[in-house]
Amino acid sequence: MSEMKKIKNLKEFSTSADRFEGANLLCPGCAHSIIVREVLNATNDDLVLSASTGCLEVCTAVYPYTSWDASWIHIGFENGSTAVAGAEAMYNALRNKGRLKQPDRNPKFISFAGDGASYDIGFQWISGCMERGHNMMHVVLDNEVYANTGGQRSSSTPIGSSSTTAPAGRVSYGEKKNKKDMVSIMASHGIPYSAQVAPNKWKDMVKKIQHGFSVDGPVFINAVSPCTTEWKFDPKDTMMLSDLSTDSLVFPLYEIIDGHELNITYRPKNVVPVEEYLAAQGRFKHLFKDQYKYLIKEWQERVDAKWAYLNRREEARV
Amino acid sequence: MANKGWNEFEIGAMLRTFDGKIDDIAGTRQEDRAYSENSSFVASVADWRIEKPIFSKDFCIDCQFCWIYCPDMSIIARDKKMIGVDMDHCKGCGICVEVCPTNPKSLLMFPEQADEETELAQWPAKDEEKK
Repeated sequence: MSEMKKIKNLKEFSTSADRFEGANLLCPGCAHSIIVREVLNATNDDLVLSASTGCLEVCTAVYPYTSWDASWIHIGFENGSTAVAGAEAMYNALRNKGRLKQPDRNPKFISFAGDGASYDIGFQWISGCMERGHNMMHVVLDNEVYANTGGQRSSSTPIGSSSTTAPAGRVSYGEKKNKKDMVSIMASHGIPYSAQVAPNKWKDMVKKIQHGFSVDGPVFINAVSPCTTEWKFDPKDTMMLSDLSTDSLVFPLYEIIDGHELNITYRPKNVVPVEEYLAAQGRFKHLFKDQYKYLIKEWQERVDAKWAYLNRREEARV
Repeated sequence: MANKGWNEFEIGAMLRTFDGKIDDIAGTRQEDRAYSENSSFVASVADWRIEKPIFSKDFCIDCQFCWIYCPDMSIIARDKKMIGVDMDHCKGCGICVEVCPTNPKSLLMFPEQADEETELAQWPAKDEEKK
């Protein structure tokens, strides 16, 4: 096992050489590349990467350019995780046969996917990877919508959000189904580590990613990725939205070790009302009309209940 | 294609990021890397910008918030110091200006055609009321 990269503070972190290049075609202010950078810079080891179809894949591999400085593969919408799992299985087989040219190198296997490719389309494949126990990491860039194809709803889209296939209008307030709790589902596989991260809490994120690299087995990471195009806010406010999402506890930051030991890793000093988080985004604009005000109250109740649930689980250690 | 085995199969689209042999990419800075013509590093998205960030060294405390939160790898940080903005890859989103904690800000957005020296000469002074 190679030594873990030491990152004490941001100045030390800034000496990392990025392995993800600019002039990709992601929107200005896209949080995807911030998350990718924080994940890749958390290690100095070699990388074997994949991306499932989604914004990240189409924007970073536009022929004749590639934005990746490591081996990177894209196959289909659903099987980015299995592509990496296959590479990992092959690597292990070659190591066991003693046929690796540089056996001392310790590559990290990471697959990136959007919420569409993880929550809906690639769900079965990821579940398989987690169940088979590959030594890999799956990172979800959760922007709660199929942003690449024009903003269709995914099973990650939260209640009240207006998307192109569940639009808000005269008869509807948009999405009516609640978001799937993917971190818990994945933790239920009994995997060594699953966690929820946010790009604005870079230190928490790097710590979790490094923990994920250090364990032997599949790791699931759900990263909040505010989408400037589909959440409808100004590109410069990406970090503000990320701050709001963690401080309003809409995206609580926690980790689940071995499928049962839950730790809350970030407790905001001042908890922001969910209303502020909703008000900052154009996709929730209609909720502030009088007839839909009750939904904001329900939102707050749901978020509070989830936070209480997490606290109880942390306390009970189950 | 039907009669070909795996060994004869032609690679569809494999792009090599670098020319020649690469050993330790995580330990090599951008300026020392041998990028091939297929790396997006050699391309530019400068024409996406409507506004550009201008960096004033005088107030910078090298906190590196701009470096970590830049989505386009456009903040150049070397030896724990913030050096400047990579104008070939900056898309002008303005996140760096938003996260800059100094008073006055060390990075500000200006229209693309603004002259850097003129703007640096008339950089805003410290705002005493703001804390």
